Amino acid sequence: MFTFTEEISSTALGDMVINIGPQHPATHGVLHLVITLNGETVKKVEPHLGYIHRSIEKMCESLSYRQFIYSTSRMDYLSAHINNHGCALAVEKGLQVEIPARAEVIRVLMDELTRVASHILAWGALAMDLGAFTPFFHAFREREMINDIMEETCGARLTMNYMVPGGVMVDIHPNFQKRVKALLQQFKDKLDEYDELVTYNTIFINRTKGVGVLSKEDAISYGVSGPSARASGVSCDIRKIYPYGIYDKLNFDEVVLTEGDSYARYMIRVKEVRESLSIIEQLIDNIPEGDFQAKTKAVLKLPKGEFYSRVETARGELGVYIVSEGGMTPYRIKFRSPGYSNLSALDHISRGSKIGDMVAAMGSLDLVIPDIDR
Amino acid sequence: MNKEELQAYLGTLGTTLSFEEGGEWINLFVDPSEIRFVMEKLRTDDQLGFDYMFCLTCVDWKTHLSMVYHLSSTVHRYNIVVKCKLDRTRPEIQTVCDIWRTAEFHEREVYEMFGVHFINHPDLRLLILPEGWEGKNPMRKDFEDEVNMIKL
Repeated sequence: MFTFTEEISSTALGDMVINIGPQHPATHGVLHLVITLNGETVKKVEPHLGYIHRSIEKMCESLSYRQFIYSTSRMDYLSAHINNHGCALAVEKGLQVEIPARAEVIRVLMDELTRVASHILAWGALAMDLGAFTPFFHAFREREMINDIMEETCGARLTMNYMVPGGVMVDIHPNFQKRVKALLQQFKDKLDEYDELVTYNTIFINRTKGVGVLSKEDAISYGVSGPSARASGVSCDIRKIYPYGIYDKLNFDEVVLTEGDSYARYMIRVKEVRESLSIIEQLIDNIPEGDFQAKTKAVLKLPKGEFYSRVETARGELGVYIVSEGGMTPYRIKFRSPGYSNLSALDHISRGSKIGDMVAAMGSLDLVIPDIDR
Repeated sequence: MNKEELQAYLGTLGTTLSFEEGGEWINLFVDPSEIRFVMEKLRTDDQLGFDYMFCLTCVDWKTHLSMVYHLSSTVHRYNIVVKCKLDRTRPEIQTVCDIWRTAEFHEREVYEMFGVHFINHPDLRLLILPEGWEGKNPMRKDFEDEVNMIKL
């Protein structure tokens, strides 16, 4: 089933409790970890959440089905498009609308651009956690290009709010295809440089190989999803197992590794960037003509019932669970955010390791705190 | 197994089970007294093998609370929804966090947001809310807070 989290025995030195966060560069946001240490060995990691909790779920109960999608860009702000996509899919399940082919392609293009941006940022941030500052700036250079593309089309760089029930909000900018092709070219040159800089770096490998090992059974039991679970050999890519949009018609591979350590989690992201780029390459010249949004009523009303959509964000499986009573606002919304479950495995994978290795394990889980706190 | 066969098989697991039609997945209603027994069966039965809990939440229906467990099998790729009706004044249910470890965090969230008491949970404390919020359950429908709540 799963292995119980190991109890670490104390030595004569006694235990020390230290706080990491809520303001600490290694926690990538306002995450507060209370760590029990014996010497340098981690005995227990206890997350304290809520420093950025906005209760988006409660807020959504008083927002209409068009409005609530905007608040979801603020959850996992590095996969804002994919969050919006998940919400739009859940509402569309209730509305039973047909999405124009053009909108479907634009959605997938935006999703994959977001995934690339998020994964290269994770690449830079993990290297920074381990003491290498340069990769972070390299990551930001390419991410900046993606943000510029987003800004041109959606008018926003981070909280896009671009996907609406029935399609996308506006058509793509005339420059979109040209700039995405330039981006693809840029990545062709730079991806090998990334590998040279970090992936095959001896210090990096020594710091991450065999660190924070998560077995397949534990990954499933802890509800870990996304790249972190696929590094442990769990085939859990929602794009493959429960395809949504046009993902079932695309040609891409699900990257799965079996080691389950921090290096494997890192490698999954590096390989997924290449897969995402290949998806973008397949679609960028094949955007069909037509409407970018289906005709929907001005005021959306979902029938009584429950609607659940699952999408693959850059961090894992996002579930949007809408309970409708037939009115203009949802009766209850639950966001099953990937970071929340991924964080729960942190205690398990870092017990018994040194405190420096815990930072490597945490960095490789790629946590985004607003996604955990919602 | 297809959906009908799966539903027929699930029906043999307990004595208090009922099904709700509609929705994309099978909705299984379980009495709180039988939840442990049914959940353990769902997890360990070779034919089912629901090893992945992808969502655990609660819905406040004003007259009662409803626990909602979304389960998935990574082997057979089945998905089901297990629901459990709880009394609103004194909600209590057995924990499932020794069956699926992910439930530990999710149950703590439901505990503070809805006030559901999980029996035998190893660490039932506030996780998201700050100290002093014990007993206030912000996700309940009748929760009022003049200072912190922004109504739109």
